[in-house]
Amino acid sequence: MPEILITLLTIGVVVAAIPGVCNYLILLERKLSAWMQDRIGPNRVGPMGLFQPLADGIKLLLKEDVVPPHVDKVLYVLAPALSVFTAMMAFAVVPFGPVDDSVPGFLRFIIAPNINIGLIFIFAITSLGVYGIVLGGWASNNKYSALGAMRASAQVVSYEIPLGMSVLGLALMSGTLNLEELMHQQTQGGIMSWNIWFQPLAAIMFFTASLAEANRLPFDLAECEQELIGGWHTEYSALKWALFFLGEYTHMITISFLTSILFLGGWNLPFIAEATSNYPGVWLVKLLVLSGKAFSFICLMIMLRWTIPRFRFDQLMELAWKVMIPLSLANLVMVMFCMHFGFNRWWLFVGSLGLFAAWGVISANLREAELAARPGYVKPKKKAPAVAHGHGHAAGHH
Amino acid sequence: MTETKAKPKKTVAWVEEPQLGFWESTFVPAIMKGLKTTLKHVTDRAPVTQQYPEQKPDLPLHYRGVHRLNRDEEDRVKCVACMMCATACPANCISIEAQAAPPEWPDRDKFPKSFVLDELRCIYCGMCEEACPVDAIELTHIYDLTGETRESLMFDREKLLSVYDKTKDNPRDPVRTRRGILGPAAEFASLPTLGPATVVPDSDRSAKNPTAGVIKGSLGANS
Repeated sequence: MPEILITLLTIGVVVAAIPGVCNYLILLERKLSAWMQDRIGPNRVGPMGLFQPLADGIKLLLKEDVVPPHVDKVLYVLAPALSVFTAMMAFAVVPFGPVDDSVPGFLRFIIAPNINIGLIFIFAITSLGVYGIVLGGWASNNKYSALGAMRASAQVVSYEIPLGMSVLGLALMSGTLNLEELMHQQTQGGIMSWNIWFQPLAAIMFFTASLAEANRLPFDLAECEQELIGGWHTEYSALKWALFFLGEYTHMITISFLTSILFLGGWNLPFIAEATSNYPGVWLVKLLVLSGKAFSFICLMIMLRWTIPRFRFDQLMELAWKVMIPLSLANLVMVMFCMHFGFNRWWLFVGSLGLFAAWGVISANLREAELAARPGYVKPKKKAPAVAHGHGHAAGHH
Repeated sequence: MTETKAKPKKTVAWVEEPQLGFWESTFVPAIMKGLKTTLKHVTDRAPVTQQYPEQKPDLPLHYRGVHRLNRDEEDRVKCVACMMCATACPANCISIEAQAAPPEWPDRDKFPKSFVLDELRCIYCGMCEEACPVDAIELTHIYDLTGETRESLMFDREKLLSVYDKTKDNPRDPVRTRRGILGPAAEFASLPTLGPATVVPDSDRSAKNPTAGVIKGSLGANS
């Protein structure tokens, strides 16, 4: 089959599948959050609520699409489209299954193969995603929307840096930005060559920063309901509103696949899907392994949403600028050092642990220093730490 | 701060925030602990949801729902049209028109010719029930009251009597009659303690007495 047909087929399948998958991810999120809160969750439409996504979809399609009179019409319509477009574009270079000879010729689990700037392309495109939010907030001509959009842009711009820098080390180590090549290197070496062993700190930072990029809790300052009603999508309704969510969930899928590919060895799984396995239908197993890894990351994101409370905005900025950027920079320098002097890669594991420990020590001390700078602060005695409730030390009962 | 002794006493209690150690500063143990908690709820699922239309809620015994007008032993309306309920009603939703009782009813002077209760205006406070000297008006457990027009929710005497016919055999809505004595509100000395609509600890007075509507069990724990 000619290459162009395969590409068109893949695009068609992906574009058709992603909204459906997103719909079911929303059901999963609703179900999981219900279970975590000792509720049942949607269970009315179909068995166990399995047709709920369809009902939701139909509802969103048929709802009245209100365009408030005070909005900037062009940008207002453009914003959700941009949001989805960038999220979908980023997915184009992400391999969502095995890309090697075991796959039958008419199938291809990546839309644009052999993009040698894959990682940079993803960061370039996903950072465009903030335009969807900013334009939506601006065009809505509403204070809450504008505030949400401003928060989102500040947040995304801040977290872009640690996000990029955490994988720069990876690119240095592997010598490529091509996602297929990055996956290939790990799958050939088996579980011991997964990048998470050499870059554990970078993996944590990448995952955290991408949560912030996708505006997921605990970083959903841009749409926090208590303060901003709906944030930048306050004025949106019906399908336009749904498109924003399609964008967010597509972003989640992309992040999950990226984390699995970059750090967890792609489709590699010991004994089941190794470089040497050669049984019929191995490509399907590989596809399932990779999707399974991505799926567990999505579950983790949903779990985190209901586990950690939302950050305050200054804490959010503090985490990006005072913690993650210095740490990722140090991590990058560490990788450069190791590569330049030809040390064993496993030293990177030790070094990451060391950096992590340094982070803990530094931030604990910073915290203490910040407390000490407060007026009327009395340093607690060493014998009774941490319990300063009620009439604390400042009340002065000497 | 010894020098603060001379100053006027501070009324503000200053609470120092607890100091964060090494592990707290890295967030990791806290997140893991939180994930453990949420995961435990997923694995050991004990939903507290009541599937409403299929599964009716278990309301406390002193729930106050739609009113009824009780009948006496001879199936007459018990009400003597004394206007106590209409006077007590804070929402002004009861309007009674009295008529002299027929001579064959020697036990009363009046009876209600019309008795209209606006269920939409009613705030379901139960004052009418407390005020009634002959236990004629009572609040039942019916909570799912709907109507298509405002007029259909103006309950007249017959409608209120039919509510009585519908609910009198329900064990949750017993006829709390004390014919011949003053109404329950008058007997505050022997009045049973009324259970609060929340869970009370076992040591509480209302939990020890056989009281209507007490939800027993320790606070917070899922006993």
